[in-house]
Amino acid sequence: MSYFVDKNGYYGEFGGAFIPEMLYPNVKELEDNYLNIMREPSFQKEFQDLLKEYVGRPTPLYFAKRLSEKYNTKIYLKREDLCHTGAHKINNTIGQILVAKKLGKTRVIAETGAGQHGVATATVCALMGIECVVYMGEIDIARQAPNVARMKMLGATVVPALSGSRTLKDATNEAIRDWINNPVNTHYIIGSVVGPHPYPDMVARFQSVISEEIKKQLQEKEHTENPDYVIACVGGGSNAAGAFYHYLDEEKVNLIAVEAAGLGIHSGESAATSILGKEGVIHGSKTLLMQSEDGQITEPYSISAGLDYPGIGPLHAHLYKSKRAKFISITDAEAMKAGLELCELEGIIPAIESAHALAVFKMKKFKESDVVVLNLSGRGDKDLDTYVKYFKL
Amino acid sequence: MNRINQKLQENKKLLSIYFTAGFPKLNDTVSIIENLEKSGVDFIEIGLPFSDPLADGPTIQASSTQALDNGMTTEVLFNQLKDIRKTVIIPLIVMGYFNPMMQYGIENFCKKCAEIGIDGLIIPDLPVDVYNNNYKAIFEKYGLVNVFLITPQTSLERIRFIDEISDGFIYMVSSASVTGSQNAFGKTQDDYFKRIADLNLKSPQIIGFGISNAETFKQATKYAKGAIIGSAFVKYLSENGTADINKFVSSILE
Repeated sequence: MSYFVDKNGYYGEFGGAFIPEMLYPNVKELEDNYLNIMREPSFQKEFQDLLKEYVGRPTPLYFAKRLSEKYNTKIYLKREDLCHTGAHKINNTIGQILVAKKLGKTRVIAETGAGQHGVATATVCALMGIECVVYMGEIDIARQAPNVARMKMLGATVVPALSGSRTLKDATNEAIRDWINNPVNTHYIIGSVVGPHPYPDMVARFQSVISEEIKKQLQEKEHTENPDYVIACVGGGSNAAGAFYHYLDEEKVNLIAVEAAGLGIHSGESAATSILGKEGVIHGSKTLLMQSEDGQITEPYSISAGLDYPGIGPLHAHLYKSKRAKFISITDAEAMKAGLELCELEGIIPAIESAHALAVFKMKKFKESDVVVLNLSGRGDKDLDTYVKYFKL
Repeated sequence: MNRINQKLQENKKLLSIYFTAGFPKLNDTVSIIENLEKSGVDFIEIGLPFSDPLADGPTIQASSTQALDNGMTTEVLFNQLKDIRKTVIIPLIVMGYFNPMMQYGIENFCKKCAEIGIDGLIIPDLPVDVYNNNYKAIFEKYGLVNVFLITPQTSLERIRFIDEISDGFIYMVSSASVTGSQNAFGKTQDDYFKRIADLNLKSPQIIGFGISNAETFKQATKYAKGAIIGSAFVKYLSENGTADINKFVSSILE
């Protein structure tokens, strides 16, 4: 079985490009060019240089000694939280801004939920001197004020999405509408492995630097490229796609995708898409998504703003259905506790998204000899407010 | 012959009106359709509301949100329409997004449309190739015309392909935009309308997006077979309710 995208843009039965005709030329232009652009030596050189000098890669693969002792297994943390702007998101925005330049685009748009992808996009647009417009749900703008300020400082225009539920999915709709209205000069930087083909594949390739580095680093530390487990959280699924990418065909490496269960899977306040979702079409992709009986897309909930997307990327839907990856759901309470535990044991404040992945150690027993790599996708600075309120600090 | 194709053969410019089912009130559907027909509209697009209508502007999105809040569902709409052919003879087209139809089951959906007397479907986010490979046979089995869109950016080669597989009309999007964004057409659009007319396609073209009044209707139908009004009518309904639909229609046809 293949876990990579096929020539038609599908992962098994998931993926494709379910887009209105108005978007066809934009998406087709990207589909026809992205692989060639990414293969150009000049592109690769600029991309690699920026990842090294600007993003700060390679990020460490850190052996978490005290955490390992506590859970009696060998835990490595892939420190994506140390990337410039505080999360893995910038790996993708660096790649896409270079693609946009090669395509001759002079304007960039993006959607954002918590604001991390918006900040990462505003950052690379500032770096390249390209106009940047970020769509963000009106409700998210109110609850993520520091990231809104960051984007503005970086020169981006932040446009509130006022339609529907006024959160991430609606911001994505607004960005897509902008692209329909500006088909020639604009590139849309999607922040996750979602959307119409070729986005899921392109974003996964840009994020695959994570597992490429893990392989090299693990070889040095453990004399093998392959861990027993790779753990990553999944909202849309970009950090998980990057951490899994070079292990997809290594069937001996167990992949664990961690979703947000919110207040509990069946509480009505959850974002556990693989369990609660059904096959459908969202934002141009056939995948698993949370929806009503009637096919209306429903609003997910998680304490973590980066995990409350009603769908998952088509790659992940395929990994779920084919059982290549194991999906685990973690509640708000479990994640918050695991986040605090990492602070206390390792002196690292994780993003609440990443804290969901950390909570797996309480749910699942690993062997003493197991080598477990956990992708620490982001740092917790942006979540201080939530931590403070939750623990009454 | 399908009612749509019969209508397309009439020697006149055609006016089609879109409305969102379930808006302004849940049970307005039948009376809106009957009043549109009485007012002289040539065919009607019944919008099946969706939570995330990507190709639509704020007016239609807001009406969809309201319709869903009012309780509109696929099943409710089919129930409202079950006797529609006892009173209405003009072509009826359902316009909606793919996900709700997929959840209903594409074959079930088509079967139900055929039973009711729906003549065609417009599904903006069902790509031509996916339709062609997976669903064409089902649509044909139930005698439904599937309508495809072209835009000013659509390549000539693709226009020819879409013309080839279309069996009704081509829905010509007036400009690079979502629904409802225009007040008047400029030279760019006029050139585009003429360029497409000069291709002598086998499928007649009906222009939509941005038609809002008598002037834009006249501009659009200078070259095309007809035009579709959506947002402007939905806006009219939200301001005036369903009482004076004929006033709106006669303001377009003058």
